[in-house]
Amino acid sequence: MKKIFPGDDSNKQVLPVVDAIVVGASAGGVEALLKIFAGLRVGYRLPIITVLHVPEERRSQLAQVFQARLPIPVKEADDKEDVAPGTLYFAAPGYHLSVETDFSLSLSQEDRVFHSRPSIDILFQSAADAYGPRLAGFLLTGANNDGAFGLSCIKLSGGMTVVQDPDQAQARTMPEAALALFEPDYLLPLNDIGHLLVELERIAC
Amino acid sequence: MSQDRNTDIELRLLIEAIYLKYSYDFRDYSGASVKRRVNHALRQFECATISALQERVLHDPSAFMQLLQFLTIPVSEMFRDPSHFLAIRQEVVPLLRTYPSIKIWIAGCSTGEEVYSMAILLREEGLLERTIIYATDINPSSLEKAKQGIFSMENVRAYTENYQKAGGQRAFSDYYTSAYDYAIFDKTLRENVTFADHSLATDSVFSETQLISCRNVLIYFNKKLQDRAFGLFHDSLCHRGFLVLGSKETLDFSAYSSHFEPLVKPERIYRKS
Repeated sequence: MKKIFPGDDSNKQVLPVVDAIVVGASAGGVEALLKIFAGLRVGYRLPIITVLHVPEERRSQLAQVFQARLPIPVKEADDKEDVAPGTLYFAAPGYHLSVETDFSLSLSQEDRVFHSRPSIDILFQSAADAYGPRLAGFLLTGANNDGAFGLSCIKLSGGMTVVQDPDQAQARTMPEAALALFEPDYLLPLNDIGHLLVELERIAC
Repeated sequence: MSQDRNTDIELRLLIEAIYLKYSYDFRDYSGASVKRRVNHALRQFECATISALQERVLHDPSAFMQLLQFLTIPVSEMFRDPSHFLAIRQEVVPLLRTYPSIKIWIAGCSTGEEVYSMAILLREEGLLERTIIYATDINPSSLEKAKQGIFSMENVRAYTENYQKAGGQRAFSDYYTSAYDYAIFDKTLRENVTFADHSLATDSVFSETQLISCRNVLIYFNKKLQDRAFGLFHDSLCHRGFLVLGSKETLDFSAYSSHFEPLVKPERIYRKS
């Protein structure tokens, strides 16, 4: 488990080539996501699919909030749309978001996972099925255990796994739940995660 | 990885076996969700593999009926998305009123929450007496629950808030009597409701209708099956009939998008063009 990025030059050599990035966050997530996405520039080509826990009742403003601050296209994921390169997707409140094996997105309303719908576990597990080793998963701040199992599925499928350092997370439960389950490839503060997102794209595209 | 591949093969064989034996067709359902639900069923059935589960359901129809409860998603609530029902009341009802008699099809009605919501709305608008509602689903257990109209009091409290936001004109408690922890809904609400077994995957159109409500059903279908369902809806609806969908469902990506026009797009209310 590496605790620093980029570290020395040898580090860059070992980054895998991925086709997509999935991100999960809960309590403290908006701030954390804004930080890690701050380095994304026009023309970023990897798709980023994100579950942030939000209250189910309301229509979410997340896509608008992030679109106002980021130079890449941001949208709430629609059912059956194909994953497009360079787009940041958010899961809609009240629906689980999955990646299908034909790389389209699908919504569902199965039971909540850790009281959450959308659930990070469901996104991560389905994305691991679809992308196999060509996937990077990031689990950030949060006050419940959603996402740990899903991230372990990404690891099992040969994908790359990154957990936010709990010491620097606004809520440490979620990253700690992942660490209790398995050893991720990286344990990083938000700034380094932002660099890693940029570097993954540089290598992949 | 080869373990994963086995799982995918077994899953396809299970779905095929179910189709061949019981004529329930899940072959064009969205794969990720079906896979999760089968995995969930595996634990409940205490089967080590999907192949073992397949053997059970192939030889034991009662085991299949149990599995069907996992394969269908009975997540529903009354007046779900209150603004949707408010829009039906304000934009659709005035046009429905012009028909001397009204037929409504609620496709994928699950345990009946959408049916009772629609019936209450129509009663308050004075239309229920001249309406026939066809409420269909593939799951007989769900239909049985829908016919009974008994819902847990805990849920009904949440529905009450939805009902009020949806423009409800009375006290929600006027529509049910409570007994212990349950709310038993007024049976006159379902006097003109016909509950029937119908599959959007394998069955055909059965009636001309003025309005079809199919909410949070199509998200479980792949594009091909979604188009089949839209085709059925198109054939069933009368000229200028209404189609209402779930809050994240859309005709936009479908082969039928040009056959409908949005009436209240954010509320997923469409009209046959």
